[in-house]
Amino acid sequence: MINLLLFPVLIPFLFAAVLLLFPKKVKAQRVVTMIGLVFALASSFALLYKVKVNGVQALTLGSWAPPFGITMVSDMFSAMLVTSSLLIALFVVWYSFSSIGEEREKAFYYPAILFMLTGVNGAFTTGDIFNMFVFFEVLLMSSYVLIVLGGEKIQLKESIKYIIVNIVSSSLFVITVGYLYSVVGTLNMADISVKLAEIGPSGIVTVIAVLFLIVFGIKGGIFPLFFWLPGSYGAPPIPVLALFGALLTKVGVYAIMRTYTLFFTTDVGYTHNLLMILSILTIVVGCIGALAYFDVKQIIIYNIVIAVGVILFGASVMNESGMMGSVFYLIHDILIKGALFLLIGIIIKITGTSDLRKMGGLMKRYPLLAWVYLIVAFGLAGIPPLSGFIGKLLIVQGGFEGELLWQSIFILASSLLVLFSAIRIFIYAFWGEEKGEHLISERKYRHLLVPAITLASLTVLYGVGAEYLVPFMADATNVLLDPSIYVDAVFEGVK
Amino acid sequence: MKTNDLIIQTTTKVVFFIIFLFSIHIFFAGHYTPGGGFVGGLVMSSAIVLLMLAFDLKTVQDMLPVNYTVITAIGLIISLLTAAGSIFFNVPFFTHVYDYFNLPLLGETSIHTAMFFDTGVYLVVVGVTMNIIQMIGGDE
Repeated sequence: MINLLLFPVLIPFLFAAVLLLFPKKVKAQRVVTMIGLVFALASSFALLYKVKVNGVQALTLGSWAPPFGITMVSDMFSAMLVTSSLLIALFVVWYSFSSIGEEREKAFYYPAILFMLTGVNGAFTTGDIFNMFVFFEVLLMSSYVLIVLGGEKIQLKESIKYIIVNIVSSSLFVITVGYLYSVVGTLNMADISVKLAEIGPSGIVTVIAVLFLIVFGIKGGIFPLFFWLPGSYGAPPIPVLALFGALLTKVGVYAIMRTYTLFFTTDVGYTHNLLMILSILTIVVGCIGALAYFDVKQIIIYNIVIAVGVILFGASVMNESGMMGSVFYLIHDILIKGALFLLIGIIIKITGTSDLRKMGGLMKRYPLLAWVYLIVAFGLAGIPPLSGFIGKLLIVQGGFEGELLWQSIFILASSLLVLFSAIRIFIYAFWGEEKGEHLISERKYRHLLVPAITLASLTVLYGVGAEYLVPFMADATNVLLDPSIYVDAVFEGVK
Repeated sequence: MKTNDLIIQTTTKVVFFIIFLFSIHIFFAGHYTPGGGFVGGLVMSSAIVLLMLAFDLKTVQDMLPVNYTVITAIGLIISLLTAAGSIFFNVPFFTHVYDYFNLPLLGETSIHTAMFFDTGVYLVVVGVTMNIIQMIGGDE
């Protein structure tokens, strides 16, 4: 099966197209979506196994020779990201059954999610820079649908902002690809890597590198390009927010990591230093935002910004520990942000508000929710046996090895603020006097809690079983640090 | 006041078929000359838009009782399955094949699977364009 690496992209696409045929039959929509996601997830696990055993998988579409056709490449890094994105989607869809409401389900909610997964998985898998642009557009257009679906006033207001920012960044993406094409004359990422290494350090290549950082920085929400993120992510309902928070910014982060390890390795002193400074500033603004708000959604949204900074800091160091830490932290962050959003979604559903000052005393009636939230909050901050620990440890170790003493200490200090911001939710919402009335039925509460708890226990497993994941992470790191493995896999049998 | 659209309606009845045939021509000629599924689909939708201008939305919906969302979905599925056919022969996705066939009336004709892919594109373009125009034009 040489086409296996395409299955996680094609299966959601096929099921999304089929779902367009019967939008009003909600039960059938739910069942078909679930079947599609389970198939896609199974294929992605098969892919993970194949990449582990046989190394990097590459396929050039249409039986053309590599630099001329569109190449799809699945290394361990992208295979793991594809798997975790499908996993998150599975839980979000499960959670949506009892949370999103029939009105939205009848208005192409599930097809939009599956189309978005097609785009996300395609962007993770592609080996062609223009094809990456196309997949970005696929996921962005579906996200436009998801952000505006329902048509509340705030959604309409924020979706205008979101669409304008993304259209600007997409046109910048095309312009940048145009510059790159006029310099190297190819769009295949492996071929670009070879050609740029031949050119060596040159002013125009550095300019293109910075332009790519701006383009993907807007998508990924780094300082100072994150300004659209808190407002836009606050608008849609919780399951959509969970999907966005867990996946969309990570596609931008993936694209930065991919281009900065595969293409722009000749002028590291400038480009990677810039990346490092920006990632530190991203953490600073993220921390300020996470502490400033009394709105649970905004607190977690600013935690996304912090995580983007931490991951990019690890990647900018360009040594083995830092890169491996980044990969660990990226997957951890996808899972934990999904879990956190699902949990605070339940809190918001119970109290009917997202304002911390109006809630309190949930511990008495909902002890399970409280303890699961506490565990996930500890995981977010990186308390040892849990999932955030190993990634941040390796990133800090990489920072020390790269002789970035103060920056690494700063990363450690930021963990305290992350913990403080997450615990503040715990203290305000769960401790104290019971406030307000509880607006949720016992049955619905259970239906919402089960997917959230399952996802939370997955993050705990991810942290406890980190030892078993190390070989996978090592494979991913090797490809990132040594682009020749990637290039050889693409051009295998051609040169 | 009731306006009289006799001239535009009569002309449209003739012109619609000319545009329709032209769109089919552009679609089939796409492999060797400029054209293809996208332009063909746009020309086809412009023919339907002309109908809507000459008559009204309701009349056109009665004339062509199709659900354009379904047309879009069918187009997507056709394109995807054409490209995915290669999976069953274990060659890379999107590998197209062609051969020569003796068709009745047309004689020896080359048929390329890219044409079926383009059929899907054609349907998607018609479906999406008409969906947008119907939705903006209708007051529902």
